[in-house]
Amino acid sequence: MTFDAATLPGGGLGWIDGCGDHAAVVLSTRVRLARNVEGYAFSGRARDGERLRVLAQVRDALSVAPSARGGVLIRVDQLDSPDRLLLHERHVVSKELAGLDADHHPRSGAAVHVGRDYSVMVNEEDHLRIQALRSGLDLDRAFSDARTLDVEIGERVPYAYHHDFGFLTACPTNVGTGLRASVLVHLPALVLTKEIARVLTGLQEVGLTYRGLYGEGSEVIGNLFQISNQTTLGRSEKELLDYLDEVVRHVIDKEHEARRVLLRDAGYILEDKLWRAYGTLRYARSLSFEEGMNFLSGVRLAAGLKLIKGLSVHILNELLVFTQSAHLSASEGRILTEEEASVARAAFVRETLDRAAE
Amino acid sequence: MLCEICKERDVVITLTEIDGGGVRQVRLCEQCAAERGVQTSIAAPKPAIGTFLQSVQQHVPASSADAGRCSFCASTLRDFRQTGRLGCPYCYTAFEQSLRDLLGKVHGNARHTGRQYGGAPIASQLLPPVSADRLRERLERAVREEEFELAATLRDQLRELE
Repeated sequence: MTFDAATLPGGGLGWIDGCGDHAAVVLSTRVRLARNVEGYAFSGRARDGERLRVLAQVRDALSVAPSARGGVLIRVDQLDSPDRLLLHERHVVSKELAGLDADHHPRSGAAVHVGRDYSVMVNEEDHLRIQALRSGLDLDRAFSDARTLDVEIGERVPYAYHHDFGFLTACPTNVGTGLRASVLVHLPALVLTKEIARVLTGLQEVGLTYRGLYGEGSEVIGNLFQISNQTTLGRSEKELLDYLDEVVRHVIDKEHEARRVLLRDAGYILEDKLWRAYGTLRYARSLSFEEGMNFLSGVRLAAGLKLIKGLSVHILNELLVFTQSAHLSASEGRILTEEEASVARAAFVRETLDRAAE
Repeated sequence: MLCEICKERDVVITLTEIDGGGVRQVRLCEQCAAERGVQTSIAAPKPAIGTFLQSVQQHVPASSADAGRCSFCASTLRDFRQTGRLGCPYCYTAFEQSLRDLLGKVHGNARHTGRQYGGAPIASQLLPPVSADRLRERLERAVREEEFELAATLRDQLRELE
């Protein structure tokens, strides 16, 4: 079974416009809540029939939930792997739900309900992973969106809840609030000035963690880091969010400071590096994903420093999303080899930058 | 291009050094860069689950006062020690004591202070719901996993219900 990505409401890309706070450093904010349905084993232990019953219950609840109006339900377990990869590239499903690990298929009953600014994964490690996405730094609104959906679903689906341990989850690292908030930040100047190692160690010392662009276990590429809370129990949602917000703001300040130092002490070298990145993207005929991401990071920095005019955060975000392999394949209407994808990627980047330069 | 320090290996990084004397660029191989304390790539953080499994193995004893097996999903503490995942919500009651210790270590606090969920059963009432279908499923699972003692109990419960 295949589906047309264009039919996804807002393409699952409500955050892409780049209109949020601190857009020069922060791409997006995501809040997810893990929930399980009482009376069933967790997804990994449940039988096919149990997972399908969980899905049916959640589907019924979503069909009448006011905040889920306009969303679509996609049976991930019935999709071919390129489509599953595409949903993963959009960050609406995790690698686990998409069954993208080696020798791994999606579980029966694996599904996702996708809206413009949210997705609800069904039968991931937990029965429900409700997540809301916002542009820029906006933990309050992302949480409020996720919570509204959580309340609407929870009115119709009984959640597994323990008076001491809170919302029960398959992995005890998520129990309690079930809340994981992540802020996707672009920190090229901290990487260039080699301050980054200290910042990342500092995050871990204060009880936060970081991941790469694609979540847990993924490599850091394009100087993009997801900063998130590590603990979920013993503090209220508000305390967890306020603390993360405070630390992220501190990291943003550090990044701005590093940008100022680079401009002051190594202005022409930095400018040369960034313009070269732009030049390569503007004229290259073949770009690997990683290469593209690295040059794009340079160009994003140049745009943030106003060295290159006319490049909006929206365009840069579009380049980030649509140069991923499954997206290139989807727009060509066939599965591309790595080599073909590199050529298609370079062409897409050239056309987008040409349009922006007009 | 060869590394400016060892003049043997290929250059992988151009290091821009800024100091009182101005700015200069040095081209280095991975090894010489590492010797100067420069990371040529940023390591992905260790997956949290790896660290978590370590604490599970440290803090959840193989034998404990808790039930040997969850009466709902038939998971054992041993399964949990191996995977870091519990089988079902009722495992939290079955292995409560071990989990309380572990949660205290992992989160720094083992008591939920966040959103309260209306109408939730208190721990002592958090018992598996009993319906014939559900019992039959659990019975099949117990048989499949050769948990014959549990299967016998479930079969009796099912007979009573029917």
